[in-house]
Amino acid sequence: MVKFTLNDRDYEVEDGKTILEVALENGVKIPTLCYHKDLTSYGACRLCMVEIIDGARPGLQASCTYKVSDGLVVKTDTERVKKTRDIVFELLLARCPDSEKLTKLAEEYGITKSRIEWKDKGKCILCGLCVRACAEVSQRNAINFAFRGIERQVNTPFKRISQICIGCGACAYVCPTGAIEIEEAD
Amino acid sequence: MAKLKSVKEFEKLHKQLTGKKNPKKPSIAVCAGTGCVALGATGVVDAFKKEIKRMKLSEKVELLITGCHGFCERGVVVLLRPEGILYQRVKPADVPEILEKTILNNEIIERLLYEDTVTGKKIVHEKDIPFYKHQDRLIFGSNNQINPTSIDDYISIGGYSALARVLSDMKPEAVVDVINKSGLRGRGGGGFPTGKKWEYCRRAEGDIKYVIINADEGDPGAYMDRSILEGNPHSVLEGLIIGAYAVESTEGYIYVRQEYPLALEHFTTALDAARKYGFLGKNILGSGMNFDVKIARGGGAFVCGESTALMASIEGRVGEPRAKHFHTVERGLHESPTVLNNVETWANVPVIINKGWEWFSEIGTDRSKGTKIFSLVGKVNNTGLVEVPMGTTLRQIIFDIGGGIQNNKKFKAVQTGGPSGGVVPESLLDLPVDFERLTEAGSMMGSGGMIVMDENNCMVDVAKYFVDFLKDESCGKCTPCREGLIQMSEILKDITEGNGKEGDLELLEELSWVMTETSLCALGASAAFPFLSTLRYFRDEYEVHIKEKRCPAHVCKALITYTINAKKCTGCTLCALKCPQDAISGEKKALHEIDQSKCIKCGICVDACKFDAVIVD
Repeated sequence: MVKFTLNDRDYEVEDGKTILEVALENGVKIPTLCYHKDLTSYGACRLCMVEIIDGARPGLQASCTYKVSDGLVVKTDTERVKKTRDIVFELLLARCPDSEKLTKLAEEYGITKSRIEWKDKGKCILCGLCVRACAEVSQRNAINFAFRGIERQVNTPFKRISQICIGCGACAYVCPTGAIEIEEAD
Repeated sequence: MAKLKSVKEFEKLHKQLTGKKNPKKPSIAVCAGTGCVALGATGVVDAFKKEIKRMKLSEKVELLITGCHGFCERGVVVLLRPEGILYQRVKPADVPEILEKTILNNEIIERLLYEDTVTGKKIVHEKDIPFYKHQDRLIFGSNNQINPTSIDDYISIGGYSALARVLSDMKPEAVVDVINKSGLRGRGGGGFPTGKKWEYCRRAEGDIKYVIINADEGDPGAYMDRSILEGNPHSVLEGLIIGAYAVESTEGYIYVRQEYPLALEHFTTALDAARKYGFLGKNILGSGMNFDVKIARGGGAFVCGESTALMASIEGRVGEPRAKHFHTVERGLHESPTVLNNVETWANVPVIINKGWEWFSEIGTDRSKGTKIFSLVGKVNNTGLVEVPMGTTLRQIIFDIGGGIQNNKKFKAVQTGGPSGGVVPESLLDLPVDFERLTEAGSMMGSGGMIVMDENNCMVDVAKYFVDFLKDESCGKCTPCREGLIQMSEILKDITEGNGKEGDLELLEELSWVMTETSLCALGASAAFPFLSTLRYFRDEYEVHIKEKRCPAHVCKALITYTINAKKCTGCTLCALKCPQDAISGEKKALHEIDQSKCIKCGICVDACKFDAVIVD
């Protein structure tokens, strides 16, 4: 068992849990996009950042990948957390202004508009939930990330129609922004 | 070449190879590093081979084809021993004369000597040339003494004796202890204490442990790791084998970037030769140690120089970093304890073992020990690779060794540390260069890139260059780095194109802060440094771009115009003839005019005009 402090409250939990898992189990609100309880944590969207006040790596850390340990002191609502989170929301909204799920989540945290505009609008925020669902749940590995930086995208190998996709829809189900659509074949 | 079965057999071979050498025999060391090859070294080498044969000199003189000597500005560089005469900018046509005059008759060829940029005096010997005189080449000095494809050459200058010593006299813990006490820190960027890394890996539990050479040198303008691998691959390999012994690893890797074919070739040759002698393989020198090395080639991604991305790439996964809540020394490659060190760091290891940690820790500053190789490039007279003790000042490096700024222009700043680093302005030229001081100045040591900039460099443009570089090279995994860089790039583009507006700098600062605070890996966390450091020291330049729509350095094309000064123009027509856009018109001996709608601001007219009549503003 591990004893630690989250938002001034003491917790005693099993070894190996992440800060996010404990928070969610205890009704502490932390926004996430690239996290799903049944998939491996990936730490990409950076919305779930929390502040480690006392611990091995003080400062902002992604709660979905940071494991709790004895004596750890964590806060989820410091000014540092809120301010950086607001800007991460703005960056995501600039990229995907048409995603209802993203807009709704941002609104819950008080962000209704981004100061930034970006020409390449779409719905995919590259969280990789679809990639992990395909690999870990459907076990098909039909899709993965391709290219890097600004060109990064989720795609099939060589962008060819996949021979191994079974059309299970797990990717579309898990997508937090509604970027994947499923069409019925004739 | 027979396998050496014991340290004794190695020592015998070492004696035999050293005994063969006649220090008085004239030798010609031609630099054939990538820089000199680009300047025609292959032709020079061929000419030497042909002429030595024709003049029947092969008994009298030894031809040594070496790796980089460092003085790239003056390539092709040829060093004549035993006198130590240095000829620079050698062409194949100079070769017969070198053999006839200097080798046979001890005559100096004035034309090929280096001329001091300050005094104008010709200098005969390498050791007297300021570029070399102020250096301390512990790691890089052997490059001009050996043929990098010959393991015997390396052994003859003391190579593999550190390994032999470690295997016969030292326990693994003692090796870690020596590296710890030496104060050696990682040369790849982070400056983490090497001994600590080894110690943690030694302590970590795992059935197998890995040691890796990080040869994914990707900073723009940096090429010291390439030159060590090309010029002295065995020194890096020997360091790696010693490291493997220290942490009890049986399998090593070199991760070498796609763009380094010659380095790869020389390292592969080194691996083959080391296997034949038994420095790799089973029961190394009869010690019972088993170890071998595999080669992994990068695909050209800058981010794969980051430790976790590099390991993912070796494993065949997408090269992107993961959260480092556990360290790679505990769970690295294939989830096993792994030591990853940079090329230059590994090359330091045999030197420390041979000369002792006490000797090594005397060199450098309080917390940064030993020497560091910098690639000195940009607007400096003597571009090349320089190795100096930690704590040498920027002024010494740029002015004493580098010979000052090209064309007597004014020094403005030096960019250190690559895309994760920053600029250091003139006011800090006397800063002693070590890990801490550069970080305090808002830059970093990085892997040792040093780009010198003069009054004609625009600092906004410099920041934009690095941001654009990183925008393309970010792996794209986490939001702040990927999206932050896209936005920073757009805003900086606006500023350089005259569309900057109030609030831009504040937004850039906010984005920089979020990237630094929330990015997943160190590359993202430092991606804003080039912007932040240029803003810190050159804020006025940003403001002039935004408020006055001017570029004081005359670099940002959208913000400058070319006009002709009526008082100075003689109507010689030269500018009109040279203009590639036919934008200049005018009668002979009459004032010329530039059509702004056609002008592409290439600057050819400025260079063409002999009367300084073209005004850029």
